Amino acid sequence: MSDIHAPAPDRTPGVEEHESTASYLTYSVGLALAIVTTAASFIVAQTGLLWAPGIPVGLTVLALAQIGIHLVFFLHLGSGADSTNNILALAFGVLIVFLVIAGSIWIVANLHDNMMPMPPQ
Amino acid sequence: MLGRLSWDAIPFNEPLPLATGAVLAIVIVAVLILITVKGWWPYLWREWLTSVDHKRIGVMYVTLGLVMLLRGYSDAIMMRTQQAIAVGSAQGYLPPEHYNQIFSAHGTIMIFFVAMPLVIGLMNFAVPLQLGVRDVAFPVLNSVSLWLTATGALLINMSLVIGNFARTGWMGYPPLSELAFSPDVGVDYYLWSLQISGVGTLLTGINFVTTILKMRAPGMTYFRMPVFCWTALAANLLIVAAFPVLTATFVMLLLDRYLGMHFFTNDGGGNQMMYVNLFWAWGHPEVYILILPAFGIYSEVVATFSGKGLFSYRSMVWATLGICILSFMVWLHHFFTMGAGANVNAFFGIMSSIIAVPTGVKVFNWLFTMFRGRIVFTTPMLFAVGFIVTFVIGGLTGVLLAVPPVDFVLHNSAFLVAHFHNVIIGGVVFGVLAGINYWFPKAFGFTLDERLGHASFWCWLFGFYLAFMPLYWLGLLGMTRRLEHIPDPTWQPLLLVAEGGAILIFCGILCQIAQLYVSIRARKQHLDSTGDPWNGRTLEWATASPPPPYNFAVLPKVESIDAFWHMKHEGRASDEHAYEAIEMPRNSPAGFITAFFAVVMGFSLIWHIWWLALLGFLAAATMVLIAGWSTEREDEISAAEVARMERGRLGHRA
Amino acid sequence: MTPAIQESASPLPFGLMHEHGGGPASKRIVVAYGFWIFILGDMVMFSALFAAYAVLSGNTAGGPTAAELFNLPNVFIETMCLLVSSYTCGLGVLSAERRRLLPFFAFAALTFVLGSVFLIIEAREFAGMVEKGAGPSRSGFLSAFFTLVGTHGAHVTAGLIALVYLVIQVIAKGLQAAVLRRLLCWSLFWHALDIVWVGVFTLVYLMGVRH
Repeated sequence: MSDIHAPAPDRTPGVEEHESTASYLTYSVGLALAIVTTAASFIVAQTGLLWAPGIPVGLTVLALAQIGIHLVFFLHLGSGADSTNNILALAFGVLIVFLVIAGSIWIVANLHDNMMPMPPQ
Repeated sequence: MLGRLSWDAIPFNEPLPLATGAVLAIVIVAVLILITVKGWWPYLWREWLTSVDHKRIGVMYVTLGLVMLLRGYSDAIMMRTQQAIAVGSAQGYLPPEHYNQIFSAHGTIMIFFVAMPLVIGLMNFAVPLQLGVRDVAFPVLNSVSLWLTATGALLINMSLVIGNFARTGWMGYPPLSELAFSPDVGVDYYLWSLQISGVGTLLTGINFVTTILKMRAPGMTYFRMPVFCWTALAANLLIVAAFPVLTATFVMLLLDRYLGMHFFTNDGGGNQMMYVNLFWAWGHPEVYILILPAFGIYSEVVATFSGKGLFSYRSMVWATLGICILSFMVWLHHFFTMGAGANVNAFFGIMSSIIAVPTGVKVFNWLFTMFRGRIVFTTPMLFAVGFIVTFVIGGLTGVLLAVPPVDFVLHNSAFLVAHFHNVIIGGVVFGVLAGINYWFPKAFGFTLDERLGHASFWCWLFGFYLAFMPLYWLGLLGMTRRLEHIPDPTWQPLLLVAEGGAILIFCGILCQIAQLYVSIRARKQHLDSTGDPWNGRTLEWATASPPPPYNFAVLPKVESIDAFWHMKHEGRASDEHAYEAIEMPRNSPAGFITAFFAVVMGFSLIWHIWWLALLGFLAAATMVLIAGWSTEREDEISAAEVARMERGRLGHRA
Repeated sequence: MTPAIQESASPLPFGLMHEHGGGPASKRIVVAYGFWIFILGDMVMFSALFAAYAVLSGNTAGGPTAAELFNLPNVFIETMCLLVSSYTCGLGVLSAERRRLLPFFAFAALTFVLGSVFLIIEAREFAGMVEKGAGPSRSGFLSAFFTLVGTHGAHVTAGLIALVYLVIQVIAKGLQAAVLRRLLCWSLFWHALDIVWVGVFTLVYLMGVRH
């Protein structure tokens, strides 16, 4: 369980030979994309550019895009040989997050609908 | 200076808690004095309290669980007795405010401080050995997990003598658990005890998921892992997925109580049903966290004591993963009656019925494993067979309750109480007891007494049926749960039978205590000198009993399922090797010290001693920073030393 | 399922072998994966807080609403600060991996400053709301808002403290393997916080003002 081997002088200790290292380009592209999508979110929310009832959907899509950009460009998901476990874990996490949020909203909304109507106060 | 702590906190005018507290204090002080006088502190500190060895940590978890079983069981017998005698005009011996604390403490302790530590302890002990590796991924974190769990247990026990415990039931529903209706320290004890131990449990989840997915012996692909490791993986994935929800939920309730927020209050826009929803979003996966490792233990035990490989390994694995995912899609069945509409109730009712299917697959697999096997009825095997019968009954009543219209009649009745004890005792408790009997020789080098093991099994089995079958009937007759006084005298005969069952279970516990005592006294006659007392199939039996600190001098090369079985039959079991130096993680006081300050912090927060809480938090954080500083965390065991230990052990083999 | 493993050239029992049926993975992989699992667990905790916010967002108890309270230009600045700090964090990790100490310190400092600006803006927002009588104990909506956004802020705070701690470690011990692993974990954490913030500013602020 230890790095007993001596690090090669030009290689970071512990980096596998087959692991891809990110580059300045990856991060810069990621930043640019993220800025564009973030700005788009604010614009969509604040202006009439998108058809009003579609704004929540639009914002959600943009948010998911931003998260995807982070995962790919900043967290390097998808590259590297040991990525399968990471992606599986992420998929599991996404499933749980979805179940907790969507499940709770569905359930509580349903409970709310079945509440007795309040008398006017 | 001392917040709301005062001498009033000690129950001078309540004989029962006072007497219990006094006895506990005397016992604890006596034990501490004994250890000091005998000079055992250096040994205890070096070998146990600061150990990061998964085997030692596993033993300590199991010990914690068994000790807390005594406390939880005392609560149970007190409740049974009260219900047996408080009928009609008789009032029993427990006033309602005490009875409410007792059933709350019983549930909280049994789930969080008996079942969880026992299951986690067995996973700790066996999983690295079964995977053919030297330890878990994060040994120091493992120690932190253990001691934070102990912190929670200590805090709950302190509530017995300093202050009081919650009166809300083990689920702590608002608005009863809010300040307006529970202004005293009881709910705070509940919340802080569980929050702190919850951190420990979450760390365990991270540890084991990483260990199982990233650290296995060479050649051990996923589909060559023992089934216990698969169930451990599923259970730990559930821990990582579910415990954060509980943490968030308790944070919200704590914020309501401490900072006057309105998550779940009656006024100010709170929503109590959201608590119930989030609590059970954790709560249902929790019960699968408990049962999945037990299923794994049964798979190991049934295969070993039938002398056959497990029937249909692959379907076992898929069933396990199926249960894991499905367990996150059923939680509303705990509150069908809270008012959701028919479509929501129907969805969750159907999902709850579906989750019985993979469990059924597992039961059939166990039965087919036994079929045409050469069965040896050791104590673990008895528990396994007892489990199959008992758990199926409990599971069936669960599927019954999964039907919403039925649940409308039976929700929170004694029928429900019988159901969940049926599956927890028949499933989790029997599984843990089987596991303890099964792995005890590996941990300590000698087997447990079989006769007393058998006796304890029969007491538990018959005791369970006597204690809980009447409760099914009583539930159908209309008896609800948590009754401090029984309104209908015709129920008394059944309650007396239940009391008899509780006493019989207690005899089972006594048999187990006796079994430990007798086995330790007679250990020289029951030495496990080969390391393989049961003719086992998995890699833990390839080591000495107890294993050396590094488990395997050379990591085994795995070529199939039931790796050890195949090694034995190919004559590869005791090859000589050229040994190399092994690096093992050093002991660390981080876990114990962090937990100590967590006790200080928790107690201070409960009693509103803000300055002390801050100090405790800062001290614990400092300990974390200190532990996070070091980069040299390993000691080397030289090749010569390894050779010496291995030859000493191989000399034992006949 | 997997063909027989290739014997590694390494003589070490824990040697660096391919981890699919090749023996235990290297420490860097194990630590990074464990931390990834921790982050996923943290995301689940945030999801429960998001769920609570979603349910309580309309429970204003006659008090101030999101539209009345939220200052979107500030939120945009906060968002940019955190996003750019994620970028500087990534560049810092690259520099550390390439053993370029000065760029590493520069990027670490930038990350710290940007994170601090985020926190200052957020703290001022909270203080302003409390002054207006829109504190967390005013209504369920505000309790959920302060807790969700405040928990994120607490994570950011902890992250900044940890950053200082790790920079001190780099100064004291150099960029040895263990320290580099911790920096990697820290950067995972920092990126994850930015991901949570995407959720926060979209669901809480942008959608909130349209309630």
